[in-house]
Amino acid sequence: MDWISRNLPYLMAGISVGGQYALIAIGYTMVYGILRLINFAHGDIFMVAGLILVYSATVLPMYIAIPLMIIATVFIGFMVERVAYKPLRSAPRMSIMISAIGVSYLLQNLALYVTGGLSQQYPAIPWISDTITIFGTTTKRVTVITPFLTIILVVILVLLIKYTKIGMAMRAASRDFETSQLMGIKINSVVSMTFIIGTFLAAIGSLLFFTNYTGVTPTVGAMPGLKAFVAAVFGGIGSIPGAVIGAFIIGICENIIKGLGWTTFSDAFTFALLIIILIAKPTGLFGEKATDKV
Amino acid sequence: MSNILEINELNVSYGGIKAVKDISFYVEAGEIVTLIGANGAGKSSTLRSIVGLVKPESGKIVFNEKEISSIPTDQIVAQGITLVPEGRRVFADLTVLENLKIGAYMRKDSLDEDIKWVYDLFPRLKERSWQLAGTLSGGEQQMLAIGRALMSRPKLIMMDEPSLGLAPIIVQGVFEIIKEINKQGVTILLVEQNANMALKAAHRAYVMETGRITLSGTGKELAENEEVKAAYLGKAKD
Repeated sequence: MDWISRNLPYLMAGISVGGQYALIAIGYTMVYGILRLINFAHGDIFMVAGLILVYSATVLPMYIAIPLMIIATVFIGFMVERVAYKPLRSAPRMSIMISAIGVSYLLQNLALYVTGGLSQQYPAIPWISDTITIFGTTTKRVTVITPFLTIILVVILVLLIKYTKIGMAMRAASRDFETSQLMGIKINSVVSMTFIIGTFLAAIGSLLFFTNYTGVTPTVGAMPGLKAFVAAVFGGIGSIPGAVIGAFIIGICENIIKGLGWTTFSDAFTFALLIIILIAKPTGLFGEKATDKV
Repeated sequence: MSNILEINELNVSYGGIKAVKDISFYVEAGEIVTLIGANGAGKSSTLRSIVGLVKPESGKIVFNEKEISSIPTDQIVAQGITLVPEGRRVFADLTVLENLKIGAYMRKDSLDEDIKWVYDLFPRLKERSWQLAGTLSGGEQQMLAIGRALMSRPKLIMMDEPSLGLAPIIVQGVFEIIKEINKQGVTILLVEQNANMALKAAHRAYVMETGRITLSGTGKELAENEEVKAAYLGKAKD
């Protein structure tokens, strides 16, 4: 019992953080799957989602502020694609990548302007911010909810992709844009749908992440964004189950390392992992084989 | 009979290189028409511009009395044109059945009848309904690519090199199917390097050389034309 109560908090925190990374990582991996683009702005959209709730919660009741935050975040994600990526779709891939970096800094600087650079206290969300006790460990309810919510959302997403028409179109477009168009698939809608799903999950992720976090700053999206990106690469970028499993592994490992008293090294571990994977297995755990396009 | 497709002074460029120069031709409803010519003659570019994958530089493309040269691919497909692309391009990690269903992406009505129709045409596909398309042989993939195109119930099917990379016996089968589909009322525009088979199957034919149409006539006429014989049928002029 003593051993459990000593280590359980770290394991629970790890699973929870892993779930949050997973929700962000899906956005990276899906966008990459369709556009072969690493959407560097994704972590910043996650930050913006946090800020939107900070400000909307000051004037609106929570049950309006949260849906509003999700809708606004999804809208921003949709607009970023339309304005910054779509015009560059037939340009060399490097151009669209640079555009993504530009959007990332744009969002950070807008946030800096709006917040004045001060950390904004994230509002306490009723019920999920409550403190609870499990096996003698006190934690916020969000820690327990996160993995379940993540898994439910992932299952819904996987079913959507496997069994719906738009899901089939997404799978087709991720392999062959041109032939998909020949089937009458509207590529623009498929790409938009991908960004909508990705930012929706990032918005949910931000809700869970910031509830357990001190405050929202303009650069707060960078670290979870990077970690989620590493998770997506680890799992095999382009693969949704890969990103989810990668995220849970990274979340758990980081927190175990913290539990061992090496907190300083937990971030270093994640990036060391990235380097090792890129060297040893660049396609990740479930990456697509490089045998397409004969 | 009326012209289902009319091309007027079409010009297409790829990265500064003129691939198609001022070509004009037509396809009547119910015909099999073939464009033959060597590699790089501009045949594929012609098909790709008809279906909107490349925007023509100038010229008119009229399908069913509607100008289609400036509308996006999905809307052209919705008008009833489909292209079986070069190299088959089946969706390798979708099943055979999913590939057929995605061919009917624009349609909202029931597909059962059409799936049965395609499976009757290609019994091999029915046996492999649940297999991933990437695991099929080249010939089966070509059948699937044609079946997938049929699923949109097109008025005009364009095929880009359907015999490419297939064994002679399979090629024979592919051409049988092309004729069969045509008998069932679908108009076909066929691009081929295999001039021998294409001319035998086609009602009318055009010869393309370096972006221009240099000869035209019925399939039979061109098959007997001395220049065509020498250049494309591998038979020397006597």
